[in-house]
Amino acid sequence: MDSLLLLEQALNGLTLGVMLFLMAAGLTLIFGVMGVINLAHGSLYMIGAFAGATVTARTGSFALGMLAGMAASALVALALELTLIRRLYARDHLDQVLATYALILIANESVKIVWGPQPIFLGTPEAFGGSVEIIPGVPYPAYRLAIIGTGLAAAAFLWWLIARTRLGMLIRAGTTHRAIVQALGVNIQALFALVFAIGGALAGLAGMMAGPLLAVQVGMGEQILILTFVVVVVGGLGSVRGAMAGAVLVGLVDTLSRAVLPVAVREVLPPSAADQVAANLGAVAVYLLMAVVLAIRPQGLVPRHA
Amino acid sequence: MSCTRRDLLGASAAVPLALATPALAQSGPIRIGMITTLSGPGAALGNDIRDGFNLVVKNAGGRLGGLPVEVVIADDALRPENGRAIAERMVRRERIQVLTGIVFSNVMLAVAPVVLPAATYISANAGPSQLAGEACHANYFNVAWQNDNLHEAVGQYVTQQGKRRAYLVAPNYPAGRDALTGFKRFFRGEVVAEQYTRLDQLDYAAELAAIRTAGPEAVYIFLPGGLGINFIKQYAAAGLRERVPLYGPGFSFDQDVFPAVGEDALGCFNSSQWALDLPVPANRQFVDTFEREYGRLPSLYASQGYDAALLIGSAIAATRGRVGDRAAFAAALKRADFQSVRGRFRFGNNNHPIQTIYMREVVKDEKGRIVNRTIGTAFEDHQDAYAAQCKLT
Repeated sequence: MDSLLLLEQALNGLTLGVMLFLMAAGLTLIFGVMGVINLAHGSLYMIGAFAGATVTARTGSFALGMLAGMAASALVALALELTLIRRLYARDHLDQVLATYALILIANESVKIVWGPQPIFLGTPEAFGGSVEIIPGVPYPAYRLAIIGTGLAAAAFLWWLIARTRLGMLIRAGTTHRAIVQALGVNIQALFALVFAIGGALAGLAGMMAGPLLAVQVGMGEQILILTFVVVVVGGLGSVRGAMAGAVLVGLVDTLSRAVLPVAVREVLPPSAADQVAANLGAVAVYLLMAVVLAIRPQGLVPRHA
Repeated sequence: MSCTRRDLLGASAAVPLALATPALAQSGPIRIGMITTLSGPGAALGNDIRDGFNLVVKNAGGRLGGLPVEVVIADDALRPENGRAIAERMVRRERIQVLTGIVFSNVMLAVAPVVLPAATYISANAGPSQLAGEACHANYFNVAWQNDNLHEAVGQYVTQQGKRRAYLVAPNYPAGRDALTGFKRFFRGEVVAEQYTRLDQLDYAAELAAIRTAGPEAVYIFLPGGLGINFIKQYAAAGLRERVPLYGPGFSFDQDVFPAVGEDALGCFNSSQWALDLPVPANRQFVDTFEREYGRLPSLYASQGYDAALLIGSAIAATRGRVGDRAAFAAALKRADFQSVRGRFRFGNNNHPIQTIYMREVVKDEKGRIVNRTIGTAFEDHQDAYAAQCKLT
């Protein structure tokens, strides 16, 4: 395999990683601050994509669709926090998993009632429809570069929010010293609701950004949720920086294993068997990575209080 | 979790006493069990089969073959164990004698041992090789296709087009491997690679880069449902659509998918036993009434549900409603005495179709909608590869 192709595949891995980061950031933020395992994060992703696709179709503007998708997910997240999630903070993770799993089922059926069982359309925005020759001789879809840009912008925004603002300070303090923050007169319930809404908005953004490349359909959230959990575990539960590191690593391992293995296995096995063996190895690569990280660094690559 | 819904069709239609035959003495409509997938990622398929089937019943005022029927619908949620539980309830408790509707082969294989000893099953979609070959059954009919047929057709067509190097992509599971086997059965050129992908794969960038580097003359995909949507969108975005023609079975290129992929599917080629524009009177009526009733264009799945209802109706008429007389009912089904929307249609020895498989191209019609246009035939009177292993005559 020549080096240009390898470089392109690495870029592909980075795109997938950034897409996963947008999902993982919200999930890990919510876990880090409130200690809630939110399985319904995938549902917020789905709602963002459906709402965004609908607004994009009506107005013709992808940017408006993106705002609408983020707003819809944030509002649904806020409503969920106020009615259900805040009752779960004090309960153990099993109860949280059970309740948020129920939310997945409810969300899927609700979306089906509103939009029907058929997948809906969300196209690539005009401005990013073409390709850019970022690597000589390899036309690379501009939209994939836009995803990388959006992901980096979201990461920068989160860093600024958490490290440089008063709200971020409260979030950090609330994570470690919840009782003291409360004693100082901070409305911790409002803070948590806000964090949950921010997590929802990030999921909505991820859904909207993924829409032009992936099927916008009922159940789309669960497909990406599994990889997202791998990212969060690899990166370190509750750590946004860990989510970034984990997402890029998972994206690269997943893509490169699919790119390199078929070629490599063909060197040692006859073609008829090689394709099958490569596929089987590629399918477990990401989970193998997770197992190795858990064995060597059970707290994840960049743990929360490192 | 299996939500059951009953569409009581034509129950209110009074049965004139003069028409009631002795076999109908127990009275009430003939009940037809429909086990199909109405939730989860496969919901759009089951939805279309159900709507196509119900359309025939509705057009005839709640009747099939001249007699009132009640379609009992249940959702298997794409889970074989659900399908099996529903089948047990329908066949053993509710004593339903005629069943249909299953979308997926894994559900079909779980349900067959429950249904076939005690009832007749007419498949409107799933066509696993077992039930066409050694495990074929006098009470099992498939009105759609054997699973391999549409893949075989593209293999044949790509060969006819003089393409010598083909790149194949399918998910790494039994149906995916079977699909590529079907393609290779009739493809005479070189298979550049068989790329097996994950069943939950989202991003195909790695595979697309490999395809561009390999430079094949044709790419064949079997990626059902959302997988296909992901692939088609990304294939177009990577600029490959203009460089290497994309082929697939009709499953990835029909009205259930077009609204989601839009213009990204234009110019792709696919195979099907049915097409929107087939110049058959029964088809014109089907497409018109379907669009009027549901406000959307039918897919091949809808055509299969519609034909299943027509077939069942023909056998109900021939046996005058004695659906419990399984030998007579099966004999009537086997005659396939109905106007199929795909034109000529008959059953082979294994109760699977012998039929023409068409090639279609995805185009924009005069109203600007994304549709399939028939461009030729891959096979005429095509029979599946397993018929010889079936002992039925």
